Amino acid sequence: MARFPSARPADRFRASGSKRLFPYLFTAVFAACVVFSVREAQVDPRVFLEGDALGNVAKFVRGMFPPKLDVEFLGLMAGPAIETVQISVMGTAIAIALGIPLGLLATSSLTWRGVLHERTSRTGRWLLGVVPYAASRAVLSVFRSIPEYVWAFMFVRAVGLGPFPGVLAIGVAYGGMLGKVYSEILENVSPRPLETLHAAGASRVGVILYGLVPQALPNVIAYTLYRWECAIRASAILGFVGAGGLGQQIELSMRMFQFDEVLTLLAILFALVASVDFISGRIRGWVA
Amino acid sequence: MARGAVARPGRAAPLLVGVGFAALLAWSWHGTAVDLPGLFGGEGLRQVATYVVKLFPPDLSAGAWRDAATGAVETFAISLIGSLLAVCVGLPLSLLATRTLLYRGILFEARRPGPGARAVRVALYAAGKAVLNLLRTIPEIVWALIFVFMVGLGPFPGVLALGFHTGGVLGKLFGEVLEDVDPAPLEALQATGASRFAILVYGVLPQALPQFVSYALYRWEVNIRAAAMMGFVGAGGLGQRIHIAISLFQEHQLMTLILAIYAIVTLVDALSAFLRARLV
Repeated sequence: MARFPSARPADRFRASGSKRLFPYLFTAVFAACVVFSVREAQVDPRVFLEGDALGNVAKFVRGMFPPKLDVEFLGLMAGPAIETVQISVMGTAIAIALGIPLGLLATSSLTWRGVLHERTSRTGRWLLGVVPYAASRAVLSVFRSIPEYVWAFMFVRAVGLGPFPGVLAIGVAYGGMLGKVYSEILENVSPRPLETLHAAGASRVGVILYGLVPQALPNVIAYTLYRWECAIRASAILGFVGAGGLGQQIELSMRMFQFDEVLTLLAILFALVASVDFISGRIRGWVA
Repeated sequence: MARGAVARPGRAAPLLVGVGFAALLAWSWHGTAVDLPGLFGGEGLRQVATYVVKLFPPDLSAGAWRDAATGAVETFAISLIGSLLAVCVGLPLSLLATRTLLYRGILFEARRPGPGARAVRVALYAAGKAVLNLLRTIPEIVWALIFVFMVGLGPFPGVLALGFHTGGVLGKLFGEVLEDVDPAPLEALQATGASRFAILVYGVLPQALPQFVSYALYRWEVNIRAAAMMGFVGAGGLGQRIHIAISLFQEHQLMTLILAIYAIVTLVDALSAFLRARLV
């Protein structure tokens, strides 16, 4: 039994009565949620057959071909395309700048728990550890739980239209995500090297620099690059709320029913996303 | 990825990458008109502070509550059904986009398809990949615009948009999981004379299922945020209400709606973490 831990939930939950009920309870609640949500979201596949739905699709697809490829249009779109990349880079940079300090404070093994704090007094742990820890966790949660385009909307109101609110929106929302993941990476490092350094008499800074950072760095870099890949997609979308970049152009062309332009813009977006994925993938391959 | 497959860079590579990123950063700083001194010094900060002060207190009247709650429920419904639709779209496509299920690897060692059959299978694989790429490339907000154009306003186009875009993402992720399963159980099944279909059902899928559930839950967390955005193009939910509140300068209602978004996103994140711990 101990040698073959079963992957089947039913076996795992045989331990107690309430756990045995879980699969049934889960299925019932899930089914109820789905039925309720189908009604709430007004799911109705019949609309495809009604009226002009299919005719509209045909119009849309016909309108996309041939894509608009004249030099003037492509030249006009180069600016927004470059801006999209720049927003993603700058947004990620701000996200890192926010995520590192908040993530460090939100790491319990750095602020109040574990080998680094064995000799700290109780009050010291509370005042200098638990309070900043809880506060930074709360800030990170607010940053990441409010979606980036809501941030963008508010920053547009606060600092005006253009790429800058997009940069700030990605910076804040992704800063919240990076900070949380950084703290998880730091908490999950193996404690043994830290204890060895501690036992050898290393200072707190020494333990962090030589024990913690080398273990965490590859994961930190890989996750940050992954977030950059997400940021290029997000920065294209933020244009829809007036924060510059390709999204704004896609929205304009869509509203003007210029579907040939939409197709070209989507192709540009695809090329941008694919190149960022490629670069980031290569670097991740090196560090991992 | 196998380590050997990646070209190891020389000693200068980290330095080059660092310099490259620094240049990229400087170029982007310039291009996006980032004005951090302006933001933190005097005028900009005052502007932000004025706006934040205007948001408080949130409007907690019965009408605003009901509106926010209705929006939150609608957003939740869009995200849940959209994610389910995405699984339904992504799963069959991922089977097509998996080389080891179509034309190479252990399933095809004993019974090799003829050259014609193989060409058909390779073409199927390429088609599956192409469809997934198309679904994934088009952002959900653009899908939403397309579906609003097709079937009219309301939450349903939002559901379809999430289903299509996320279907493409999940199909790609599922395909990677399917290609990475441990081949030992498949070999054992093959040695007993099991058919390809039996190997898929009893060897491949049981290994892939926990990862599938985990990825689907992760995309649900992404989708609750995206579902709220759908409203900006007329596809219901909290986004539509936020859009209206911002356009009409109803800052107190906006704050209530932001609290509602925060609550529903936190709830889905917690639910997803709980289910991942119990099911995977």
